[in-house]
This record gives sequence, structure tokens and C-alpha cells, in this order.
Amino acid sequence: MDELLLKAVLAGSLIALFTGPLGCLVVWRRLAFFGDALAHSALLGVALSLVTELPPGLAVALTAASLAILLLYLRSRSKLADDTLLGILSHSALALGLVTLTLFESSSVNWMVYLFGDILAVGWGDVLTASLLGLLVVGLLAWFWQSLVLISIDRDLARVDGVAVDRLELLFMLLLAVAIAVAIKIIGVLLITAMLVIPAATARYLAHSPGQMARMATAIGLAAVWGGIGAAFQWDLPTGPAIVVTALLLFLLATLVRRPTPRTTPT
Amino acid sequence: MPSLLTLGDVSVTTDSGVTLLKKVNLTIKPRQIISLIGPNGAGKSTLIRVLAALQPPATGSIERQPNLVTGYLPQRLTLPMNLPITAGEFLRLGLNRHQPNTELHTTGVTHLMDKPLQALSGGELRRLLLARALIRRPKLLLLDEPTAGVDLIGQVEFYQLLAKVRDEYGCAIVIVSHDLHFVMAATDQVLCLDQGLVCCHGHPEEVSQHPEYRSLFGAGTEQAFAVFTHAMGGHNHAHAHGGDHIDAVEPVHTDHG
Repeated sequence: MDELLLKAVLAGSLIALFTGPLGCLVVWRRLAFFGDALAHSALLGVALSLVTELPPGLAVALTAASLAILLLYLRSRSKLADDTLLGILSHSALALGLVTLTLFESSSVNWMVYLFGDILAVGWGDVLTASLLGLLVVGLLAWFWQSLVLISIDRDLARVDGVAVDRLELLFMLLLAVAIAVAIKIIGVLLITAMLVIPAATARYLAHSPGQMARMATAIGLAAVWGGIGAAFQWDLPTGPAIVVTALLLFLLATLVRRPTPRTTPT
Repeated sequence: MPSLLTLGDVSVTTDSGVTLLKKVNLTIKPRQIISLIGPNGAGKSTLIRVLAALQPPATGSIERQPNLVTGYLPQRLTLPMNLPITAGEFLRLGLNRHQPNTELHTTGVTHLMDKPLQALSGGELRRLLLARALIRRPKLLLLDEPTAGVDLIGQVEFYQLLAKVRDEYGCAIVIVSHDLHFVMAATDQVLCLDQGLVCCHGHPEEVSQHPEYRSLFGAGTEQAFAVFTHAMGGHNHAHAHGGDHIDAVEPVHTDHG
């Protein structure tokens, strides 16, 4: 196999491994817009790495994590509704990132890579980082899984049961930030949320338990990554969009195969 | 007997400076049933949330028995529609034990285990939450309007269940109730709140004679007392319908206020 293809498939598969369970939590907790805001801030992280000469992955993770903490803080303080707050932060982060990148533009950085993802940009170092961080993210999610599911159902019930809700929510945001930093080169800033949401939504049509939904989301994510990267190689497409289009096709297929399990309550 | 939980001059204010509770004092003893009554917006739910340690007080002291196991039934539960989970799996979340049969039987939810959580009716969900709380062997149960939207027979059944729970599990119960019948018949202590202040408290009979209580709820609630003592007493006819009566007749889901 082509080494380039191998690297891309390996890194992509590692990403799908944790976007599955993370995406489920994002979908359950209605945090899709939140994920978007974190992803958009990643571009600012790239700009930051140019200025400070930090490694891009680290700078992205730091920026996303700072934004996550800022959002948690503002959410408890601000009078604005969540979606308004996110609408401001999310797009401001994207715009700030683009402005900063343009100001500091150097020939060595093609920022389109960060917007849409490019497998040509994936090196062995990225594969190694993805596997280490992927292992960390999946391990922590598995360890706290039951508590995370309970928080998704009702935070107050979890709190009364003695679950450290605030700390777990912070942990979840940080894991999301790490995931974004890892995924940015393959999927791109603009489409990471799709990689979180679409496989999870597809799995919702097929799964009967939270754990099953997470495993299915992972499997669907893997299929989307393989299909997408294959298509990207074949027809010279940008990787991120190719992966997301594949995920979308799988989603449509699932909606044709199955009605979702009952989502309405008797009235 | 040492108290489970003692509030001393507890006040709660919102971020915008509105007072929700003002200098509330309350002592909860083991096995005691305490009813919180009062008009809408009086601070009953806030007080329950303070007791559940979900709402930090602005001022005042809270003494909690160390390692006090608390069960809490919120007034409403907004379930995420995207989360596929059965009632049984929800019950077992974070639990090491396997089949908590006794609790399922006591609360009459055994047959619901394979149903999706989101498909339960309001009454079923409340009994499931009660089962869930009981599995953890609470010493204190906090119930925020557990019979909202349940018809009279369903309410009587639920209150009988509570009396049974208190006897079998030996837990104290604090309950927000609009149902003066139950409050008067089955309660050890009544706490009447109005605009964040405890306007009167004590034994049900004392409270029902209190001028503040009468101005809030009107006179003539004594006959309710008689009706309910009858219903709670030896006849037990309401219960004869079996545990599922609530579901058949109850029209309202949990998002009922």
C-alpha cells in the first residue's frame, strides 16, 4: 500500500475511534454548536503556533481548551442564551483565526489545509500523536462512561448520586479540545463537528443502548473515514469533505433501513 | 435522636438579587415525613434543592449527617431524545448490584424494564425514579411534587407507597405537595412557605388552625382532613386496582408544572 495512504488511513481510523463515543455525548447533550465553537477556535490555535513557535497540535489543543473553559465560565455568568453566546464566540474565533493567519502568513503554511483537511499533510509524527492521544481519550471516556451517560440524562440526578458533575464536564470539554487538535489535519476545522454528529446520529437509528450507540458510531465513523480517504485518493478530493459526504451517505442509508426507536412520549 | 440535616437561617438569592428563601430553619429527623406547602413561587422547590445540595445557600448554615445518602425526585425530567436507553439500564447506571427486585416490586415498575426510558408516562417515570432512589438505601428522600398531573386515585396510591417506603426503608421524607389532604393526614410536620419565608410550621393540626395558613388556603380545609384519613385508613379500596392504575388514567407527562 502507498505509504501516504497508509498514514492517512491509520490516522483517520484512530480519529474515528474516539469521535464515536465523544460524538454520542455531544449529541445527547446538544453540544453540536459547542463543538463547532471549539473547532473554529482551532484556527486561532494554528495562528498562535506560528507566532509562538509551539507545535501546532499543542497550540490548537491549548486554544480550544481555553475557549472551553471560557465558555463554561460565561455560561454560568452571562445573561445571553447559550446559542447566542456560542454564535458570538464560535464565529469570532474563526474570524480572528483567519485574520491572524493572514497577517502572519508565511509560505510554509497553507491554511486551507486546516479548514478542510489534507492527507498529504499527515506525517508519521501525527499518526503517533493520534494513537497516544486517542488511547488517552478513549480510556478516560470508558472509565467515566456510566457517569457521563447519567449526566447526559439529568445533571441533578447525577449530582445527588455523588457524581462530580462539574469536574466531569470540564474533563469532557478538554477531551473534546484534544480530539479537535488531533483531527484538524485530516478533517479540517470546518467539518470536525460533522464527524462527531453524523456517525452518532446514524447510530441513533440502530442502537438500543448508550454503549451500543457509541460502538456503532465508531464503526460508522471508521467506514466514513475509509470510504472518504479512498474517494479523496481516487478523485483528488479534499479529505474532510470526502469523509463527511461518505458519513452523510451512511446516515441516509440508516434512515431508509430503520425508523428511529420511539422518540415521542405518550401525551 | 440525632438529626439527619439541619438548616440554620438559610437564605438563597438569585444572581440578580431576588430573594428565593429567607432565613429558613429546618431540622429533619430520621423517619420523619415533612411536607412543604405554599403558593406557587413560594420557594418550595428551592428549599428541596438546598436540601439536596444542588443549590448553595447565600447565607446560613447547613449541617448534614456525614455520608447521608439522599434520594431526589425532581419536579420534571427533560430526557434527551437522542439517547437510547431502557428503563432497566437506566436503573442500573452506576450500580454494582444486579437485579434490584425488591425495589422494582415495591414501586410496581417490574414490567417496565425493557421499555425505552422516553416511552414511560409521567407516573411510570416517577415510580422508576423512586425505585432508583430506594436501591441506594437513602436515609433522606426529597420529592418535588411527585404527584403533579396524577389523578386522585393515583395520588392516593402514591402516598400509600410513600408511607410504606418510610416504614420499610426507615428513611425521612421531605415532600413538596399541593395536596392538603395528604399533608394533613400523613405528615409529621408541615412547613408552610410564602414568598421565601416560613410563614407557619408544626404539626398538621396546629398549622391548619394558624391564621397565616388560613389566609393562604382558606378555611374549610378541615373536611379534607377527614376524607383523606378515611382514604389512608384501613379500607385500602383505592389500592385494589393494582399498581398500574396511574398509567391508564394519567394524561400529563413530566413537564407538567
